[in-house]
Amino acid sequence: MLTLQCPYCGVEAEETELHAEGEAHLKRFGPGSSDDDFEGYLFMRENPKGVHFERWRHSNGCGKFFHAARCTMTLEVFGTYSAQTLEPPQEIKDKISAKYPGWTWREFA
Amino acid sequence: MRRYSAFAIAREAARYHTGWERAWRSPEPKKKYDVIIVGAGGHGLATAFYLGKNFGITNVAIIEKGWLGGGNTGRNTTIIRSNYLQDPSAALYEKARSLYETMSQDLNYNVMFSPRGVIMLAQTQHEVRGYQRTAHANALQGVKTEFIGPERVKELVPIINIDGPRYPVLGGLWQERGGTGRHDAVAWGYARACSDMGMDIIQKCEVIGVRSEGGMVKGVDTTKGPIDCDKLGLVVAGNSGALADMAGFRLPMESVALQALVSEPIKPCMDVVVMANTVHGYMSQSDKGEMVIGGGTDGFNNYTQRGSFHHIEETVRALCETFPMVSRLKMLRQWGGIVDVTGDRSPVIGKTPLGNCFINAGWGTGGFKAIPGGGWATAELIAKGEPGPLSAEFGMERFIEGRFIDESVAAGVAH
Amino acid sequence: MSTRLASGGRLLNKGKQLKFSFNGKQFTGYEGDSLASALLANDQMMIGRSFKYHRPRGVVASGSEEPNGLVNLGEGGKFEPNQRVTTTELFDGLTCTSQNHWPSLEFDIGAINNHMTRFFPAGFYYKTFMFPRFAWKHVFEPIVRQSAGLGKAPQDRDADTYEHFYAFVDVVVIGGGIAGLQAAKAAGASGAKVLLMEQTPHWGGRAPVDGGEVDGKPVAEYIDGLVAELQAMDNVTMRNRMMGAGVYDHGYVLGYERVNDHTPMNTGPRHRLWRIRTKQIITATGAIERPLSFAGNDIPGVVLASAVRDYAVDYGVSVGDRTVVVTNNDDAYRTAIALKKAGLEVPVILDARASGGGSLADEAKALGIRVENGKGIAKVKGGKRVTGVVVCAQAGQGAMLEEIKCDAVAMSGGWSPVVHLWSHCGGKLIWDDAQAHFRPDAARPPKGANGEGFVIPAGSANGPLELAGVVADANAAGVAAAKAVGQDSSVAAPAVAEAAEAAMEPVWLMPQGAGPELRIKAWLDYQNDVKVSDVRLAAQEGYESVEHTKRYTTLGMATDQGKLSNINGLATLAGQLNAPIPEVGTTTFRPPYTPISMGSIAGEARDAVFQPLRRTPIHAYHEDEKAFFEPVGHWRRPYCFPKAGESHADAVKREINQTRNSVGLLDASTLGKIIVKGPDAGKFLDMMYTNMMSTLKPGKCRYGLMCNENGFLIDDGVVARIDEDTFLCHTTTGGAERIHGWMEDWLQCEWWDWKVYTANVTEQYAQIAVVGPNARKVIEKLGGEMDVSKEGLAFMEWKDGKIGEFDARAYRISFSGELSYEIAVPASQGRAFWDALMEAGAEFGIMPYGTEGLHVMRAEKGFIMIGDETDGTVIPQDLNMQWAISKKKEDFLGKRAQLRPFMASDDRWKLAGFETVDGSVIPDGAYIVGTGVNANGQRNVQGRVTSTYYSPTLDRGIAMGLIDGGMKRLGDVVEFNKVDGSTVKAKVVDPVFYDKDGEKQNV
Repeated sequence: MLTLQCPYCGVEAEETELHAEGEAHLKRFGPGSSDDDFEGYLFMRENPKGVHFERWRHSNGCGKFFHAARCTMTLEVFGTYSAQTLEPPQEIKDKISAKYPGWTWREFA
Repeated sequence: MRRYSAFAIAREAARYHTGWERAWRSPEPKKKYDVIIVGAGGHGLATAFYLGKNFGITNVAIIEKGWLGGGNTGRNTTIIRSNYLQDPSAALYEKARSLYETMSQDLNYNVMFSPRGVIMLAQTQHEVRGYQRTAHANALQGVKTEFIGPERVKELVPIINIDGPRYPVLGGLWQERGGTGRHDAVAWGYARACSDMGMDIIQKCEVIGVRSEGGMVKGVDTTKGPIDCDKLGLVVAGNSGALADMAGFRLPMESVALQALVSEPIKPCMDVVVMANTVHGYMSQSDKGEMVIGGGTDGFNNYTQRGSFHHIEETVRALCETFPMVSRLKMLRQWGGIVDVTGDRSPVIGKTPLGNCFINAGWGTGGFKAIPGGGWATAELIAKGEPGPLSAEFGMERFIEGRFIDESVAAGVAH
Repeated sequence: MSTRLASGGRLLNKGKQLKFSFNGKQFTGYEGDSLASALLANDQMMIGRSFKYHRPRGVVASGSEEPNGLVNLGEGGKFEPNQRVTTTELFDGLTCTSQNHWPSLEFDIGAINNHMTRFFPAGFYYKTFMFPRFAWKHVFEPIVRQSAGLGKAPQDRDADTYEHFYAFVDVVVIGGGIAGLQAAKAAGASGAKVLLMEQTPHWGGRAPVDGGEVDGKPVAEYIDGLVAELQAMDNVTMRNRMMGAGVYDHGYVLGYERVNDHTPMNTGPRHRLWRIRTKQIITATGAIERPLSFAGNDIPGVVLASAVRDYAVDYGVSVGDRTVVVTNNDDAYRTAIALKKAGLEVPVILDARASGGGSLADEAKALGIRVENGKGIAKVKGGKRVTGVVVCAQAGQGAMLEEIKCDAVAMSGGWSPVVHLWSHCGGKLIWDDAQAHFRPDAARPPKGANGEGFVIPAGSANGPLELAGVVADANAAGVAAAKAVGQDSSVAAPAVAEAAEAAMEPVWLMPQGAGPELRIKAWLDYQNDVKVSDVRLAAQEGYESVEHTKRYTTLGMATDQGKLSNINGLATLAGQLNAPIPEVGTTTFRPPYTPISMGSIAGEARDAVFQPLRRTPIHAYHEDEKAFFEPVGHWRRPYCFPKAGESHADAVKREINQTRNSVGLLDASTLGKIIVKGPDAGKFLDMMYTNMMSTLKPGKCRYGLMCNENGFLIDDGVVARIDEDTFLCHTTTGGAERIHGWMEDWLQCEWWDWKVYTANVTEQYAQIAVVGPNARKVIEKLGGEMDVSKEGLAFMEWKDGKIGEFDARAYRISFSGELSYEIAVPASQGRAFWDALMEAGAEFGIMPYGTEGLHVMRAEKGFIMIGDETDGTVIPQDLNMQWAISKKKEDFLGKRAQLRPFMASDDRWKLAGFETVDGSVIPDGAYIVGTGVNANGQRNVQGRVTSTYYSPTLDRGIAMGLIDGGMKRLGDVVEFNKVDGSTVKAKVVDPVFYDKDGEKQNV
């Protein structure tokens, strides 16, 4: 039973207020993209054992989408942040590094 | 292998059962095998078994990081059915179901396959049409199913409430030869048979790396040292992503928690398996008398084998609504398993970007029922290096081509 | 015999006698009794039968760990199977019956299994019942099923109600024994918000039974003081009869409050499920005594030593007149002393330790009790109750030293901390060699959202078993919890005076060298009939993992979930494997701690409020008219409006004929309505829809299609451009929330720099379709300023204005092919507008039509329906809807996917119409058969029906479907399969069956 803080409205939200929306920081590939890029975008997933960056929506709350950095092995939450960014904030990356030195996730480390 | 039988039990009873031999050996790994299967769950063991039985390949190791049958094989709700809509699924699951029919005899191990019948309830007009479609498809696929009316549902399941105020039962898709099996016994039976063929089941041995040369697999590194192989099968539900990562490729899969629960045991009150997809719950009664109950998956990536309680609430609500007597029972135990879910919610059986490395994964919520069929198809794939007809449509390339096997279309959410 | 004592019974109100019945026998007890103590007081030693061998079973414990004392409780709608007598409070008029036997408790045919014990070892069923193949399902399994199970299945609908409750606190303390109370005090003194729960009706746990002095006072008095202190704290909430059922991630705790189990005559909920969020959890859940494994340890009358003491002290009940005490630790001496002091006989204390006990042993000896060190029980004599014990040396193989007559045995194999709640969420355990038990490993607690531990074990749940250690540990836990939630507590642990105890010695089998004939009678799991011999057999056969052993033998899988059997079982396994116990490990602890009612989990949500019900502003009309409803999402939409005695099919036919010939009304309020507004709204909708929406002129409507990124059609609907930067998008009924979320997803996460707002206004409007040749006349009759003439409001236009008194927005769109207006009014005016239309249309015979009429009419026109023609695998091209896919746009959602080879291929099945040769209706879901079979032996197919109806308008069956080749197949005759194996022939035709030129809608 997760709780995540919505970075928009500040509410410490219960899982029942939230809706999981899958992997974060996906780069969209549209017409003209290669088969591999398109498949990677639509189907291939990191699915890590460890830190994951994912999207949530505060669906039974303010309705905003946001990002979370969460460990899939312990459910520890390293932070939530705006959906309107291309990479996790340094502060959250630092927090992860303190726990899991040398972690990587796609191009982030 | 000494055969199991009533006579053997009588013989052993006389000497306090001191003469029973091990069901499977506990060997140290050899340096090299023809085939290594990673994962001694149902699918992995079945793959090894059919490699031996159908192709005579017995220089096989099955490597398991925990204990055999300890993953989803040992934590599912044991439902066996093949009333799938799409041709490739129906073929695979029906193959599995038919192998379950004779599995006890084939393995000389009673897996208690019990074709008690499975009903999938239709509780909306949309579901009625969806299941009628499945019934028509099944009729052409050689899968015996029937769309039945609410009165017949009530006859088969006296404890059901067909006149609920919100979702009255409008009918159901009935598969008379679907049912349940004893999940642990499936793993144990295959393990005993594999061991008897000379295969090595190596438990408590974790794969920590996949070795390759020139794009071809060479072996694995394990906590018990390196082991070489010509061919490698990855059959590790719930861990496929991690293994794929070691082998250097990504998968169209995510791992999520699926939960189930049982009630305390009561005297027999429900003979068939009932699935109610509109309200999200399904239930059967085990031979022990427990009502075995399952629902849907959590929505987020998770490897903890713990789910969120509101899903349990949702499932129990659905069952109290469908079977009002459930309200007076007590939940004895709840648990979770980790399932790999693919982009179209159908499994992957196929080649991987690494040569001679094959994968069986992504069974989502429906892996147990497929065990013998999945094993049969994966063994064929590994032995021949190319998919046979059972797995031809289940390769990963289907995502690039857009050739999906989508079962959710008939509301047939897989369990 | 077991009986009520003249003295003792600190929990009883002897002034109030209660009547109850067991198997029809009338008994009496006192207020304060548990059902177990009341049964024992009436010498009802045998209460049930075991699961597998149907052996006689009596209570072995006094609390929630009880595996044997299970009854069918109550009757009718208040019946409940498998109720534990030890946790059932006695109430006046209680009725219960014993379980798992036929025909009676005393004489049970199933007990024949008992004589076959040797033939039914662990896992025997895996080795037999295999031939003939059909016998398992039809012969063996039915016998197994009948003989298994425990209580009866409830028959009646639940007569009780249940509720859910939320709480948000700083610290939850689970367990209201002395440890929980002390911890709550230490935490509560800091000002932190504390919730303390205790599963029994009493505070203080077993400390008052065990005795001792705290803070210079008798422990019972100290507890009373603690309770009073806590009750006086505003920041502390205390709840008894409430069990900590489960600990979940991020500090979520389930509390299971049995509100009215003991007062079933009261109104109000039976159970209340608390869903609690807390920062810290203190598990002060105590410890459970372990049985000893000796032959015949399952015979009724063999009871845990602590339970014998509880029955004597708490309830004034003796389990037997002559009780032999057998132990490997000092605590059991307390039982002997208590019994002796109550005037009962204790012929001997058998202490398995060669060195014997400490000061408690001296006290026992001083009371004149015979104590034998280094001795144990070789076997218990008796059948349905204990008649004596055979004494042997613990070190030997069980040679008889003497036989002692007795009618009860009090046993103690040491104590195991209750680590369940610590473990639910991942807390790890360590093996304590001195106490021979697993206890929480403080270094590896379950971790919360912040990565820090959030559970603190306290008291004997953390390992300490003596009073001084328990109180000190609990106090420290309370202080630590306060600190963890940012508060300070300066409460110090009180001084505790206590006798020093001698060390316990692990005894996993009694006697140590017991042979197979004794091991087969030495029970580990009483309910499931698992014996030492079974665990050994499992190990011998290679089921070496503790999980394998559990599953192979069913050890610990009974309704007590192994509370008594787990440690003994895995120690036995470790012994057989020659491995240290911690290496063998434990099975996983899963919630709930003890079983909780399904009713409480479901809560209030049942029957009509099983799920939220959405009602349109016109819903009450549909109910008044006795509409036949179908669920659509959380809505219930009228399927048709049958008149008295009319079939649904006839009603649908009547509604369609009326609409096609004159005028009908449809409540279309459930259709999704989403406002998309902003300078970039057009650009945004060009991405969302396959069509070009940015070119739509204000005042006009356009039908649009939406695909997902996989290329598949997900929704459709009419888009109206309200003004330059405002669009109103209609979605399907089921799609409103989903599509709104979908739009927000793209706006918030992908194109967040685009200037667009969306709002889901579905419920702000009532929308009514006025349909049929007389539709215009009906609207015009209402008057108002709006010009709804052909010229004033042309097809695919919309307009705001007054219709009669109503603030209306009228769309000239048609899903039936008729002259049609969909008119939206504010929700508050919806019902009045509907009534006004009904009244105005009376002269035209106006009547409402339902969803089935809607479906048939759209099918007659060849309009597709999301969910019928589409199923998540269909792309617009499959439905011949290339016209709705803009070729000018570089990009829209789904475009890239539709370029993939299988999507672009000509092999895909495409839409066509079908008419059966004989005029019949093609069955729903039928496939078009092809020739031959595929590689898997399945019949080849070349298409399928997607919509099939009897058309009242054409008086024949019509259908749409997807077929290989699509419209190129016009004129072909194909065969649809039927489930009986036959087929029905149908001709491929144009899917527009009615008014092909659209003349009727364009008038």
